[in-house]
Amino acid sequence: MNMVNLKINNIDVSVPAGSTILQAAKSANIEIPTLCYMKEINEIGACRICVVEVKGARSLVASCVYPVNEGMEVFTSTPRVLKARRMTLELLLSNHNRKCLSCIRSGSCELQALCNEYGVDNDGKYDGAKTESEIDDSAAHMYRDNSKCILCRRCVAVCEKNQAVSVIGANERGFATHVGSPFEALLDETSCVSCGQCIVNCPTGALSEKDSTAKVWEALSDDSKHVIVQTAPAVRAAIAEEFGNPIGTDGEGKMVAALRRLGFDGVYDTDIAADLTIIEEANELVERIQNGGKLPMITSCSPGWIKFCEYNFPDLLDNLSTCKSPQQMFGALAKTWYADKMGIDPKDIYVVSVMPCTAKKFEIGREDEDAAGVPDVDAVITTRELARMIKRAGINFNGLADEEFDMPLGSSTGAGVIFGATGGVMEAALRTAVETITGKELGNFEFTEVRGMEGIKEASYEVGGLNVKVAVASGLANAKELMKKVQKGEADYQFIEIMACPGGCVNGGGQPIQPASVRNFDDVRGKRAAVLYNIDKNMPLRKSHDNPVLKEAYAEYFGKPGSHKAHKAFHTTYVKRSRFGTL
Amino acid sequence: MSKKSAVPFRGTKEQEAKLYEVIEKYRNIDGPLMPVLQGAQEIYGYLPIEVQKIISEELDISLEHIYGVVTFYAQFSLAPKGEYQIAVCLGTACYVKGSGEILDKIKEIIGVDVGECSPDGKFSLDATRCIGACGLAPVMTINDEVFGRLTVGEIPDILAKYMN
Ligand code: SF4
Ligand code: SF4
Ligand code: SF4
Ligand code: FES
Ligand code: FES
Repeated sequence: MNMVNLKINNIDVSVPAGSTILQAAKSANIEIPTLCYMKEINEIGACRICVVEVKGARSLVASCVYPVNEGMEVFTSTPRVLKARRMTLELLLSNHNRKCLSCIRSGSCELQALCNEYGVDNDGKYDGAKTESEIDDSAAHMYRDNSKCILCRRCVAVCEKNQAVSVIGANERGFATHVGSPFEALLDETSCVSCGQCIVNCPTGALSEKDSTAKVWEALSDDSKHVIVQTAPAVRAAIAEEFGNPIGTDGEGKMVAALRRLGFDGVYDTDIAADLTIIEEANELVERIQNGGKLPMITSCSPGWIKFCEYNFPDLLDNLSTCKSPQQMFGALAKTWYADKMGIDPKDIYVVSVMPCTAKKFEIGREDEDAAGVPDVDAVITTRELARMIKRAGINFNGLADEEFDMPLGSSTGAGVIFGATGGVMEAALRTAVETITGKELGNFEFTEVRGMEGIKEASYEVGGLNVKVAVASGLANAKELMKKVQKGEADYQFIEIMACPGGCVNGGGQPIQPASVRNFDDVRGKRAAVLYNIDKNMPLRKSHDNPVLKEAYAEYFGKPGSHKAHKAFHTTYVKRSRFGTL
Repeated sequence: MSKKSAVPFRGTKEQEAKLYEVIEKYRNIDGPLMPVLQGAQEIYGYLPIEVQKIISEELDISLEHIYGVVTFYAQFSLAPKGEYQIAVCLGTACYVKGSGEILDKIKEIIGVDVGECSPDGKFSLDATRCIGACGLAPVMTINDEVFGRLTVGEIPDILAKYMN
């Protein structure tokens, strides 16, 4: 590799040619602040907070886009640099709704942190005309409050480049510039898929999930309700971050303990429903393969993906597995078999989901998600909202001893827990499908080809004389690429897994927010995924069809996978939508 | 608030055929959007949502991306031109002599904002820069007719002539 030698703050640094000053400084442990910069997807050099002095250059340069040269001398914190950064912050604040005290991002806001660091205060030195805006609360999952927007366009970049959805962008020009949707439509009128990737990539409080914690507090204090909670696999891989732990900390045991202290009547696990999904889905796949059904079959666990498919590939809806997502399967199982077993009227069961995902907030309101005639799930809170509840309840998360999920709905296998990472559903399904087709027990059931953080992965397996070709995609731009191939008949896969968020649920739109300074340089999703694969490795049972509670539920109530009763409870339908939403 | 034009879309089959011709012509060049939008604006006189949707679908460029470009460049318009095109000068000379109030009065009477057209297609309203008639400030034009040394009081009478 070609190396370039330069000096940063008089320290010798050697980096690969083509690096930016920002990257070079990072490698020398020198932090340069950034706001608009997102590696690969938003390298627009717009906000100018990252300026540095380069010897011989007349003006300050934006280090996030400025490439290094041999012999270059860079200074990152001269008085001139600091003054320019302070000025940038003051200008941002002059057109900013500075209500930090009540702001959802207070404490995790990149703008607030920088103002703090640079001693830029709230005294309104630059107060001038403010751009007028209204809060958009039309969507099921989020708010947009442009009075807190700094026009960094990170949300625009993720929505367009990572997700290929592109329903938000910069409208108009000059002082009137603002982030909005086509024809100033409300988000709800567009083909937004509710993934929440814009939220986790926003540096400020301009974007936030719709908070459902009030509903949950209320349910918890209602004695007439049997309030149970399920936690999605990916939540345990990230929640500890909210309490100051490093990325990649397994928070399962403390999370369970905290939920118990919040007063839930049952602390259960979405993993059992992930196992259930696999049992139903593997059965569906084998049926389709053996009976000439529609192939490739595509997974249906990710509501962001489902919505994307409905909007953009309505002709492929028959390829989607009819299985409900694990969240909905859990609710369905709880309000049918479990209700029966416990002798509780399904109407009195209140199911709370803790999800790494904002699209789950949309999903609970979909049609045909009500196995017992009442909604399968009653409230969805994200990982962030659960952390907020734990803090408000005064629970010292880090001090808690690990505890275990309650039975029966806390029973799970390693196959269920890896659902939270891209490739996990595929691997779990293969563990079950291969044994179903061959009728033999698998020796090695780690399908490592489908693991990892690449956007699109492919593999093929010999299964009982059959050649099964599979593909896995995460991030909707990758999904779109793959679906175009399927549409054109250029792909001969039998089974495809798709997750809306890049890297899968571990990187979901409801997960703890890590600033760009971390996301740009650290493998956040990989570290979180490693937590799940590690849990899987240490589980006594690692195949969904070995889940003992589900065996019991089928024997007592549902009969066989794909039975009439199972179909009624665990399968759903989709609707064709327009790529322009309702616009 | 939605910025969809209040004027019902009256595009013809011929216009649509021309639009597809323009799209075909530029489809394979680098950066087809600007020339296609310019062509579309020439064909329709403005760029309503119906036209932007066709372009979005054909070029596989998101509607938001297109809308962002259309609202960035002053050469593009989201509303059709009215039968009577009213333009009020907001140049410095006119502005200091009160063209802002004149604009407000017009908005109030015809119920149309700057850059828009009334639903019946009768009036469209624009605000312009100096049109070189500062001696007559404040100035407005309706189609080719110039009205100078205006007062807010005269506006209702002037507009009344065009109302029926
Ligand atoms: S967005 Fe940041 S700076 Fe603005 S009010 Fe919220 S916390 Fe404060
Ligand atoms: S939620 Fe997802 S699809 Fe919707 S605007 Fe945000 S990034 Fe785009
Ligand atoms: S909403 Fe957030 S991410 Fe989007 S441009 Fe504004 S500040 Fe940046
Ligand atoms: S210009 Fe470099 S971070 Fe915005
Ligand atoms: S300023 Fe209005 S004509 Fe010159």
